[in-house]
Amino acid sequence: MLKVLLCVAQRDLLLAFRRRSDVFSMLSFFIIVVSLFPLGVGPEPAMLQSMAPGILWVAALLASTLALNRLFAYDFADGTLEQMLLTPEPLTVIVIGKVLAHWIISGLPLVLLAPLLAVQYGLPGDAVLVLFYSLLIGTPILSLIGAIGAALTLGTRGGGVLVSLLVLPLYIPVLIFGAGAVGAQASGMGAGANLLLLGGVLAGAMALTPWTTAAALRISLE
Amino acid sequence: MSLQTRQLACTRGERTLFANLELTVAPGNALRIVGSNGTGKTSLLRMLCGLSMPAFGAVLWNGQNIRSNREEFNRQLTYLGHAPAIKDDLTSWENVVVASTLAGHPIHQDDAYDALDRLGLERAADLPARVLSQGQRKRVALARLQFCTHNPLWILDEPFVALDVASVAELQGTMNRHLDNNGMIIFTTHQEVAFDAGRLHSLDLNQGEPC
Repeated sequence: MLKVLLCVAQRDLLLAFRRRSDVFSMLSFFIIVVSLFPLGVGPEPAMLQSMAPGILWVAALLASTLALNRLFAYDFADGTLEQMLLTPEPLTVIVIGKVLAHWIISGLPLVLLAPLLAVQYGLPGDAVLVLFYSLLIGTPILSLIGAIGAALTLGTRGGGVLVSLLVLPLYIPVLIFGAGAVGAQASGMGAGANLLLLGGVLAGAMALTPWTTAAALRISLE
Repeated sequence: MSLQTRQLACTRGERTLFANLELTVAPGNALRIVGSNGTGKTSLLRMLCGLSMPAFGAVLWNGQNIRSNREEFNRQLTYLGHAPAIKDDLTSWENVVVASTLAGHPIHQDDAYDALDRLGLERAADLPARVLSQGQRKRVALARLQFCTHNPLWILDEPFVALDVASVAELQGTMNRHLDNNGMIIFTTHQEVAFDAGRLHSLDLNQGEPC
């Protein structure tokens, strides 16, 4: 079982490595959006500091929706997904492998880049640390929930828009707690409550979404 | 061990492609499904392997509905679909390793090289699938069969398409060996194939009756 999971994850990472431009375009979107705001809004430190958590989180959220379409679409197009549905292993295992690889490709780089980009907003050190933690807990949730949307919209025309419509409402709690954690830390209240809530959402998503995604994939391939 | 269908029906929108289809495949037998384009050959194969839900009726493996014990059924099944399931960005041997691992038979790089050698693809083993010809891609997809000889049921959708004469003969040999080992094969093809007459049955979807 673990072998199949590792094989799927390894294969997806290898494919992403061979198609690096996809990952770079998503990352450059994130960097550009986050860097343009200080230029557009003006250099007042107080305002930038108060806006930073929201901007960084919204940009990360949009960047990760950009990558969602690719999660299953290529495998669907070339028939690999059919083979995945017919393996003797539970489909959930394969879904977990794919989501794990997707997070490493599209979530982890955002987590690592965000603290660097936060510098241009003049965020204090402890708030940057909280930003890092909140993204570290939050981006896996985005991948897990996004997988359901990506699976449901497989093979539909205009699936890209549909995924955003389906998934963005579910992302909102993550956005609120994630950005809220950084804001709370910056205003001196402490980020503990928000981070714990995010952790709770992550635990719930890990427990429920792989099964939902597997069911959605079976429906899409009928 | 056998695969049966009970009153299987397939509809596309308002149109019924086939209905009341009863067929049985026993060990050592091959079933060839023929029919014009659009008569539901691929749809039938997808139903038989449990990818799509029949509009009516059921597919039974050893008397049990395949939907009730899917993982057990998948363990016995090898399906080669219409789409070859080949990744353009992976090399041939990587494709074989991934396909075989997904099918429940984890193999090593060397095994994949050997399998490709036997199909005459030794020079293509390290090339990305993107640069291969259609026939070579098909052969890479077929390489997986060599690791699936213990799965009794093979369902092959158009396995002979795009293959050259030598590869067709090679594939027929592989299929005959599988039948010798009491395997079962269900396949579609538009071209004539040579099997021992006793073990090859065929189903013509144009008439809707097994013959």
